Amino acid sequence: MTSFNTATGPGRGTWISVATITLLAIAIAIANLGFPPDSALHVPDYAVALLGKFLCYAMLAVSLNLVWGYCGILSLGHSAFFALGGYAMGMYLMRQIGTRGVYGNPVLPDFMVFLNYKELPWFWYGFDQFWFAALMAMFVPGLLAFVFGWLAFRSRVSGVYLSIITQAMTYALLLAFFRNDMGFGGNNGLTDFKDILGFDIQTRETRAALFATSAIFLCLFLVITALVTRSRFGKLMIATRDAESRTRFLGYRPEKVKLFVWTLSAVMAGIAGALYVPQVGIINPGEFAPANSIEVVIWTAVGGRGTIIGPVIGAFLVNGGKSWFTGLFPEVWLFVLGALFVLTTLFLPKGVIGTLREGWIAKRGIRTSKHLEDGELALPKPQPQAAE
Amino acid sequence: MTRILALIGLLFALITTPAFADRATLGPIISEFATAKGFKGVEVVIDKLAATGDPEVGNALRALSAGNLRFRRSDGAVFIVTSGQALDPITRETVDVGTDDPEKFKKVRVKNSIRRKISAALSGLTLMSPSIDRRLRAASTIFETADASALEALEVAIKDEQNQDVKAAFEDARASATLASGRDDADKITAVKHIAARGDREALSLLSRFEGQSEGELKSAIANEIAKIESSLAIWANAQNIWYGISLGSVLLLAAIGLAITFGVMGVINMAHGEMVMLGAYTTFAVQEFIRATAPELFGWSLAIALPLAFLVSGTVGLIMERGLIRFLYGRPLETLLATWGVSLILQQTVRSIFGPTNREVGNPDWMSGAFELGQLSITWNRLWIFVFAMAVFAALFFIINRTSFGLDMRAVTQNRRMAGAMGIRTSWVDAMTFALGSGIAGIAGVALSQIGNVSPNLGQSYIIDSFLVVVFGGVGNLWGTLVGAMSLGIINKFLEPYAGAVLGKVIVLIAIILFIQKRPRGLFALKGRAVES
Repeated sequence: MTSFNTATGPGRGTWISVATITLLAIAIAIANLGFPPDSALHVPDYAVALLGKFLCYAMLAVSLNLVWGYCGILSLGHSAFFALGGYAMGMYLMRQIGTRGVYGNPVLPDFMVFLNYKELPWFWYGFDQFWFAALMAMFVPGLLAFVFGWLAFRSRVSGVYLSIITQAMTYALLLAFFRNDMGFGGNNGLTDFKDILGFDIQTRETRAALFATSAIFLCLFLVITALVTRSRFGKLMIATRDAESRTRFLGYRPEKVKLFVWTLSAVMAGIAGALYVPQVGIINPGEFAPANSIEVVIWTAVGGRGTIIGPVIGAFLVNGGKSWFTGLFPEVWLFVLGALFVLTTLFLPKGVIGTLREGWIAKRGIRTSKHLEDGELALPKPQPQAAE
Repeated sequence: MTRILALIGLLFALITTPAFADRATLGPIISEFATAKGFKGVEVVIDKLAATGDPEVGNALRALSAGNLRFRRSDGAVFIVTSGQALDPITRETVDVGTDDPEKFKKVRVKNSIRRKISAALSGLTLMSPSIDRRLRAASTIFETADASALEALEVAIKDEQNQDVKAAFEDARASATLASGRDDADKITAVKHIAARGDREALSLLSRFEGQSEGELKSAIANEIAKIESSLAIWANAQNIWYGISLGSVLLLAAIGLAITFGVMGVINMAHGEMVMLGAYTTFAVQEFIRATAPELFGWSLAIALPLAFLVSGTVGLIMERGLIRFLYGRPLETLLATWGVSLILQQTVRSIFGPTNREVGNPDWMSGAFELGQLSITWNRLWIFVFAMAVFAALFFIINRTSFGLDMRAVTQNRRMAGAMGIRTSWVDAMTFALGSGIAGIAGVALSQIGNVSPNLGQSYIIDSFLVVVFGGVGNLWGTLVGAMSLGIINKFLEPYAGAVLGKVIVLIAIILFIQKRPRGLFALKGRAVES
């Protein structure tokens, strides 16, 4: 049973979440830049870098939530879109190195000189321009998702079959990007970045700015999720998720709904990847690993799929736990992660936020009926309830 | 002349062993190294030595090739000098020359062409060796070097040879030597035909070498035979690819066949399937360690002992998983996927904590190592056994499902759970046993796969995606589909490899499967009827 209200547009909860994230981000940025390192209010640089990374993970989880939580498509290949966006940004950052590379070649990145490339491959053209790279970080994942989705949804591949072929997709990309001949740096990927938009990528100010940008984009993604899911189209998404055949028989085209959401989600994942790369300073084929994609699923599941803020909470909880555990007891982390998968699916299928919200709705129901019994309150305007 | 006399005198004085006659004839020739003029002169002496046909000259020739043959400046006596000791050039016995002053000895100089000549001469000598093995080796050396100087020796040897294999090898060598010799074209064409009949790569490279040197009729005959060999080699290469493909297919089949039960028959997305394979492999490792420590003579049986144990270990883990986790998630495939992924992480970490994160060495018993030739095919024993084993597992599973009462229950529950329950089948027990069976099969697959790859905690991860693709490609719920799917994926993969490289070939196969699933979402052998929609 999934209940939702008929109000369109982002609800109160979304605005509260957005405001909280914005305020926290501003506070952290100020605490990092505005206070001297010995101040009690100072946030250390590594914490900013770590939280910036988490923000990008949260964006990725939000994008997965859009397809999984609201449209029922369990993608096990979302890190493919994330990594493609990351590679687009990485290519821009590589071109920005210019003559400062080890070999000092003004056009060719170091690894190409090393691999005896004579000229820049055609697909690297244009990446010296930021606007082009930014466009490609959205366009390439979007295009891949569009083609993949167009094929898959049209032939009604769904459920686990779809999950398995999305996994095969990211696995194929993993293998392909490991090859040196692909022209993306092979095993080592792209790294050793110098500056972005003319600013040195290592300075605290640039890092804080990237962190803030990530926070802004995360808020934007939350608003987009709210806008899309609370619209008439969003109801169609949920209808597709809960009863695809019935939706089709009612005259809608579920494959079109899915294709739109799937492509939108891939573009969002691409943006997340593009913001991730300048903050971690490297992108390599390991980002395509199928295991990464499945981890994104667990962030979303822990936080609560089908809720707007849930994936953000999940991404921060799980990744925070990961940082903490791998620092203290590295050998325990996989046990914890594994247990998290098992226990979440068994006991917390709606995730933290979903369970809290359900409890809150149930409590409100009890309160309302109690008021009714006491005869204190008139029956509220009946809210249409949609059933699964 | 005085020198030779002096040398003979010296040798006679030093001789302590019999074989008198040899020394009398060989000694003077060997001592000619001291007077030989330049490389040409050395070659003449080597020819003379070879012409004696006496295996005793081997020591001197080998020392010459290694650059250890020296002669004394004062009297021209020849010695083998190694690590500060002077040895007799024929018997290799230590000779007391009184001094090790390097100035008193001069090295007999050699170069690579002389070394080649020496090795040909040595092989000519070994043609008469009493050991079959050495004769065969000598023949193949002559064949490869195409040494015309060995021709006469070969012709003599062929007449005397009793062993058919050796005789055939001698004839090949003679053909090769004929090509290099100054004989007329008719002889050479016969030789070319003889060599071409071998049809292997050595024959091809030998003929290609002579193609450039020859002309006229001989050249066209050689070109003709080369073309024939190349086309036959191409056919053999295809056969080899098919064999590699079948071999890879059996690996895929082994990895996927347990999944064909748990996923294909029960519809459970078991992401921990790869870890069941890994548990089987580690069981093999543990069994081998135990055998090494307690009863090394049983090592040849270690795999046979590991098989039932691996089945039990993986089957038990599967049973616990089904009872403790999966049964609560029936009908929620996506949740099953996530929960079993969690289990796979826990199993990996458990194994890593117990056995360590590094690769473990699982030994091959004798009967699984080595290779044999079938025509131009090279077939390794372990690949062959894995193929046989995969087929045996497939047949056993097929028998269980179609011919036993448990299989009947299994099929009944799959097709119509409620009706099966109404007929008195304990459906939940059948579920548990089916899952345990699938996991156990994965475990015994692990025993086989431990023989061809690394055994590490990540072993399962490397098979899981392939296994799912095989099952989905072949068609869910159909064992034949899994067999055909595994074999065709294996063969396609191996045929793509030469053109696209191993990695790109695999990428192409993955993309092809993704596209194929769009076309036939239910796989090659789709189930028809009511079962489809469930």
